[in-house]
Amino acid sequence: MLQYILKRLWHTVYVVVGISLISFFFIHLSGDPVQLMLPGDASEKEVDELREQLGFNDPLYLQYARFASKAIQGDFGQSLYYHVPVMELVIERLPASLELAVAAMLFALVLAIPIGIISAVKRGSFLDMGSMFGALLGLSMPHFWLGIMLMLFFSVELGWLPTSGRGTMAQLIMPAVSLGLSLMAMFARLTRSVMLEVLSLDYIRTARAKGLKEQIVIAKHALKNALIPLVTVAGMQFGFLIGGTVIIETVFGWPGLGRLVVQAIFSRDYPLVQAIVFVLSLLFVGMNLLVDILYVYLDPQISYSAEK
Amino acid sequence: MNPMITTTESSSFRQATENIMPRIRLALETGREVVKRPSALAGGVLLLTILMTSMCFPFLYPEDPLAQDLLARFTPPVWQEGGTWNHILGTDNLGRDILSRLLYGSRTSLLVGFSAVFVAELVGIVLGLISGYYGGRTDSVIMRIADIFMAYPFMLLTISVIAVLGPSILNLILVLGISDWVTYARTIRGSVLSLKEKEFVEASRAIGTRDITIIVRHILPNVVSPLLILGTLRVANIIIWESGLSYLGMGVPPPMPTWGRMLAEGRVYITEAWWLVTLPGLAIMFTILSINLLGDGLRDALDPRLKNL
Repeated sequence: MLQYILKRLWHTVYVVVGISLISFFFIHLSGDPVQLMLPGDASEKEVDELREQLGFNDPLYLQYARFASKAIQGDFGQSLYYHVPVMELVIERLPASLELAVAAMLFALVLAIPIGIISAVKRGSFLDMGSMFGALLGLSMPHFWLGIMLMLFFSVELGWLPTSGRGTMAQLIMPAVSLGLSLMAMFARLTRSVMLEVLSLDYIRTARAKGLKEQIVIAKHALKNALIPLVTVAGMQFGFLIGGTVIIETVFGWPGLGRLVVQAIFSRDYPLVQAIVFVLSLLFVGMNLLVDILYVYLDPQISYSAEK
Repeated sequence: MNPMITTTESSSFRQATENIMPRIRLALETGREVVKRPSALAGGVLLLTILMTSMCFPFLYPEDPLAQDLLARFTPPVWQEGGTWNHILGTDNLGRDILSRLLYGSRTSLLVGFSAVFVAELVGIVLGLISGYYGGRTDSVIMRIADIFMAYPFMLLTISVIAVLGPSILNLILVLGISDWVTYARTIRGSVLSLKEKEFVEASRAIGTRDITIIVRHILPNVVSPLLILGTLRVANIIIWESGLSYLGMGVPPPMPTWGRMLAEGRVYITEAWWLVTLPGLAIMFTILSINLLGDGLRDALDPRLKNL
């Protein structure tokens, strides 16, 4: 077990190094990062000054070494737009994004599991077909459009919910629902198919043959095993949520990292973009690590030594 | 490895035709299986209709999607009070015809969707085949790179790269395609690993067939179905992402109409004109729905084991 965790940690280390490489190099993709950061009408002198200030005259490997050693200390430099250390901005906005992602995940799981179970148990019924078609519809909708539709209905038509901002429960509902709906659809489909598989296994037949109530068979025996793949997928989908916040936060004016990164891109504030991209990826990697360890804990059958 | 046996022209021709006949039969059977499922059939017909319309509409509905008519701003769709037959689905804030813009937008979305999946499949197939077939150090290097790509939130990767390279249709296709290769590479690698041990591959290797021939002749045809299923379902995802990027202003640059940008422009006028934010979204939804229905049907028909995908 310990060996497995160590191995996973080692895996995480090189992934993080890889991510730092991508986060560092992507601003060099266009050739000259300084041209990218300044408006088109910047003078030669301004360009040279900024280049010198940000150390772009040094060889690339030196620049990367500097970036990496500072990044380890949580220092990503100054924001070109806000003129404060970018990490400050990131830490200030991170809770809002996490709040949104967690709310969306909870919304998705709380509804998807019962829907999936009912569909599996009542396989082929009108209820099953209806909810599975609903799930497919949910998967086919861009989440930001769903957000706009909710806004059109609940804010513009009915005036029940505010269109933007953060602070109250009412402001959280629409962003979380629109971010979570396609996940919910996916989880419901997954729960259904896993439940169907588990329900056909021998130990379930044994449990039924013992004369246990169907509810107990489903809740105690089947669901426990069906949850394993669900946990894995839910963990992996965290990355999707992070990506999704970028657009949803923009739609609802939610003051999180997603909206900040879009604004930073448009104001050419690349140190800020770098920091946000790096921090969000780290979050994602950390989540994956957690899921992998949890996975082994949940299912002792998985051999730790097995090559992942 | 040197080829130890040489085949004559005629026998290789015979071999080729022998190889092709069962595949055609398989394709026909798959088609029949798909058609048997009403939902898959509906998806297929819907997708075909969308594809045909997006190709032929300039003949059917020759309205200019860029022509502004400021006097006819915010004309509602024809069934609502104030709507006219001149603009069946109404007009936007600049008086441009919505239906025509939607039709042009379908071209952008479908073009980006299918091309990006093509790029992703190409990169994924090549790397997956190499990784699975040769194994060893090559395999671990490719798979480590794949891990890093998997760890990078897809949306962030694409927006940061697009932000640097600048939005254009080609950049969009390349960036979306290259960001998405990992799934294909992993699928292929898995299949190759199991196929490599099969007798027919070992037999072929034993008689001295070159690696490239084994890969193209014996391994590739056996991984076509997972690739087809995966590719179909990924087209749907890519179209959603493309519309998201367009919404953020990082998609195909104006003046070319895209569904995502129509939504972004309409969002500003959400209180005045509901159709501006509703119709492009419906267009995206029906397109994605048709692809998903077809993809689900293909999966059930080709490979029932993949039902959990």
